[in-house]
Amino acid sequence: MPMTMTQKILAAHAGQDEVRPGQLIMAELDGVLGNDITTPVAIREFEKAGFDNVADADRINIVLDHFVPNKDIKAAQQSAACRKFAKTHDIPNFFDVGKMGIEHALLPEQGIVTAGDCIIGADSHTCTYGALGAFSTGVGSTDMAAGMATGKAWFKVPEAIKVELTGELPPYVTGKDVILTLIGQIGVDGALYRSLEFTGPGVKSLSMDDRLCICNMAIEAGAKNGIFPVDEVTEAYLEGRSRRPWTKYEADPDAEYIQSITMDLSQLEPVTAWPHLPENVHSAAEAPIEVDQVVIGSCTNGRMEDMEAAWEILKGRQVKDGVRVIVIPATMQIYKECLKKGIIEDLIDAGCVVSTPTCGPCLGGYMGILAEEERCISTTNRNFVGRMGHVTSEVYLASPYTAAASAITGVITDPRTLMQTETPVETEKEAAA
Amino acid sequence: MNNARGTVFKYNDNVDTDVIIPARYLNTPDAKELAKHCMEDIDPEFVNNANPGDIIVAGWNFGCGSSREHAPLAIKTVGISAVIAKSFARIFYRNAINIGLPILECEAAAEAIENGDEVEVNFDEGTITNLTKGETYQAEPFPAFIQEIIAAGGLLPSLRRNA
Repeated sequence: MPMTMTQKILAAHAGQDEVRPGQLIMAELDGVLGNDITTPVAIREFEKAGFDNVADADRINIVLDHFVPNKDIKAAQQSAACRKFAKTHDIPNFFDVGKMGIEHALLPEQGIVTAGDCIIGADSHTCTYGALGAFSTGVGSTDMAAGMATGKAWFKVPEAIKVELTGELPPYVTGKDVILTLIGQIGVDGALYRSLEFTGPGVKSLSMDDRLCICNMAIEAGAKNGIFPVDEVTEAYLEGRSRRPWTKYEADPDAEYIQSITMDLSQLEPVTAWPHLPENVHSAAEAPIEVDQVVIGSCTNGRMEDMEAAWEILKGRQVKDGVRVIVIPATMQIYKECLKKGIIEDLIDAGCVVSTPTCGPCLGGYMGILAEEERCISTTNRNFVGRMGHVTSEVYLASPYTAAASAITGVITDPRTLMQTETPVETEKEAAA
Repeated sequence: MNNARGTVFKYNDNVDTDVIIPARYLNTPDAKELAKHCMEDIDPEFVNNANPGDIIVAGWNFGCGSSREHAPLAIKTVGISAVIAKSFARIFYRNAINIGLPILECEAAAEAIENGDEVEVNFDEGTITNLTKGETYQAEPFPAFIQEIIAAGGLLPSLRRNA
């Protein structure tokens, strides 16, 4: 029976020649992930069930990223529980403050996840690693505990939706606009229980950062996973980075898909998802809605290209009075590169604050909580009721270009309009040179 | 599995895990603490009005969003005996089974049942009886593999049993 890319990876990890949609399988895991919110629950379950040892410490990854540097005493207790567990079980891939980054930016960057892998993570955005050609999906803490104890997880083999990409993205249109547009088309449960398999001639024009962003939000369409084929872009990314040899899986040409969608990248425009669902997608140019806060970062858009996009817009310009702009490079490596390139200095001069890596504001944890009826344009992934703070506050999802352009004008703005109409001034740094 | 019987709390489509348990309360894994804030951002009176045994009924895609197991855990700890929805987000579905919160997918039931109805659920047969309206609806029973997990009291006990 012909198989999709996801089905092939699952078959290989279940030790079977083929699998069929709907089949329940037990699969070997290449990686198990947890963070400072989900790992403490997993540790409790692991210990309550009476497990003494982990199956393979090298395959466990614990990243403190949601509430660190610890936001309060309770969060500190959770970090401490993770730290103790990692030490007890000699888990090498334990990432504490100083080494941590936002998990879904950190693991690909560090070469810990790679093409052909089968990975679970107790974080819904674990689907990000599909960008590398891996099967990767979000689970809960009990699944994480089971994965740590046995090295395996059960899955129901998913059907797939094929997303055929053609053309190339126009300037100032990014992977974020691709995935938001797709979610706008199919809805927040449009891919429920299914794989989103991206394919077609348009794939090659998408950078790895774009692909990571697209797969990251597969869950916002309800998908079990998102996945890209392994091509030259993937291989260039993995070369010298992947800690393990990788395997390239390809969908059979006659693989069956439950639905096919074609998307011409050249026809896309900057978009925003309005409250309170990621499917509520509108053109960025549609309405100049006033914003109080701008967040640029997260596992969706905290990577180097995202920082550079924000920089391109904000450099030499000034954030609108009354708007608070929080920029969060997703890992220490990205943070350092931003420092080296002078990005952080220019962002500060523009009127932004730059934080060390954290998930913080994305989930309303800390570092940018919204007050009653405040509005934020954010490069994060969810705009649910109360997501970033007060239950009456609002989150609009957008790309780093669109978020940065809106920071300058104080209203939701198409970045192309801003770049056509306004010229930046000489920065302090340039003036001094 | 035992039957469930209780008063219904009815919600719409796409009830997300951020409203089931807001992230501001995720700085503890303590189930009792989490339960105090269950459904707070969608229905602040829920924890005051819900009694042990009561049932949640919702539309499509219940539990979408984050993978936080704190969400089904909070619902279970409040004492909710079953969640019936037209569909569940997949991580929530998995988590509910793994921790032993009974859930049922049934479009007809979710369509017909109204807030405050008295409902009884027979899990073995997958039947949902609306005592207020005198109607019965049939849900899809769980596959055998999942029934085994539920019978063992969750995923980890079932793994221990099969080890």
